[in-house]
Amino acid sequence: MKKIKFVYNLIPVLVFLLIWEIIVRLKFVPGHFFFPPFTVVIQEFYHLTANGVLGDNFLSSLFRVLIGLFAGSTAGIAIGILMGYERLIDKIAHPILSLFYPIPALGWLPILMLWFGIGEILPILIIFICSFFPVLYNTITGIKGVDKEFIKAAQSLGASEWKILTTIVIPLALPNIFTGLRLEAGMAWRVIIAAEMVAIPTGIGALLMRAESLLRIDIIIVCLIVLALMCLIFERFFIYLEYKLTHKWRQYA
Amino acid sequence: MPNIKLKNIKNFICQEINLEIFDKEFLVLWGPTGAGKTTLLNVIAGLTEYEGSVLFDDVSVDKLPVFRRKTGYLFQNLILFPHLNVKLNIAYGLRVQGKLKDEVESRVDELLKLMEMEHLAERYPKDLSGGEKQRVALARAVAPSPKIMLFDEPLNSLDFNTARYLRTEIHKLQRKLGIVTIYVTHCFEEAFALADRVVVLDNGRIVQIDFPENIFKKDNCRMIIEKKYCDCHQEDKTEPGQIELLRDRISLCHLVNE
Repeated sequence: MKKIKFVYNLIPVLVFLLIWEIIVRLKFVPGHFFFPPFTVVIQEFYHLTANGVLGDNFLSSLFRVLIGLFAGSTAGIAIGILMGYERLIDKIAHPILSLFYPIPALGWLPILMLWFGIGEILPILIIFICSFFPVLYNTITGIKGVDKEFIKAAQSLGASEWKILTTIVIPLALPNIFTGLRLEAGMAWRVIIAAEMVAIPTGIGALLMRAESLLRIDIIIVCLIVLALMCLIFERFFIYLEYKLTHKWRQYA
Repeated sequence: MPNIKLKNIKNFICQEINLEIFDKEFLVLWGPTGAGKTTLLNVIAGLTEYEGSVLFDDVSVDKLPVFRRKTGYLFQNLILFPHLNVKLNIAYGLRVQGKLKDEVESRVDELLKLMEMEHLAERYPKDLSGGEKQRVALARAVAPSPKIMLFDEPLNSLDFNTARYLRTEIHKLQRKLGIVTIYVTHCFEEAFALADRVVVLDNGRIVQIDFPENIFKKDNCRMIIEKKYCDCHQEDKTEPGQIELLRDRISLCHLVNE
């Protein structure tokens, strides 16, 4: 059943690629130079992979995303749990965090460039900021949303505050926490590409900018395809992880 | 000798409640919505603020947090933990109290067998019927061997036949385990079938404490039953005189008269 669904989902994509190829090959658009056919993009993809350019830049971006996402999510979940569970911490931290939340991650780029210079720390910090806030707020919502009746029941069974937090509150907040992680997994890739395009000399974003300066639209499309695939893979990974951890007990509509 | 004493209990609902509950007694708190039945249970469990004093075996538990009072509480809406299967729900109280793994497993197996639900062990609450959830909640509440069992209208959401069946099961279990039990209901059939003594509550005050068979003899209680509070199961048209009392009740007359 899953295989059939996958094939059904694949058909529109294949049709789209076929139309792309036909339109360009039949010269409905002016020249291969500005809009290369899909097969040429694939050839370039192979070429960039073979000579290691794509691999190196991809690994640079992947490393930054993984470190930044891990650090930002961990901090977001930890502080979110504290703020969601302890009213006093929420009261103190909420006004401060509310001030920073509306600032887009890329808005921090100029000041972070001045503080930390251009290096590995800069894109990691950008990803950290980008993933921290949504994970934080989703975690707070999840923790606060746990029905107080469950806490009362756990108390009556002899559970201490710590046990209630770890065995009841956090597991029941998981769906909300994963919503934050899922949203941020894709967003981290979008932000890292933007940061690399503006300020970092390595990574997929930087490769995009170099391709633009060399007027290599085929390379630009290769980079965009890699970006799209990574956003998709990261989002799917968190959907899979959430399903694995919660599907046994959750009611799905 | 009284097992639980409530002395001058006052809070936002309860008004100077004094009550003594005896060892192994099945006490029913009976009255309308808002009478203070659940609040009184919460006072005993330590789940709500109060003035006055609660004593277990003549020792004050007022300063004890909820998790140290060792009460088993069966809530009105059961509140099974949705992320834990039946086995883990039942084991929860034992696990958080740091019992050894073998001890937890044998106790859970024993209760699954006692409640005839071994086949439900791996199921999650979302896959259980109302009656099954009820039995799991009951097993979970008694698993840590509480000193006192508190029931808050546990059969409310069930159909008449299931409620009647489980009522008998609760009674049997209470007799078997010999735990002092306080049972809240607004259904007179339930109260009269289960109780060793009935406490009639109204507006946060105790109106009457007596044996079930005597309650109807008092004019004030008869008035309450007939005019105000006969709102249990719609299918249940049983008249007070026709209620079959469950066997094996302990007579507490001599204790009260002492």
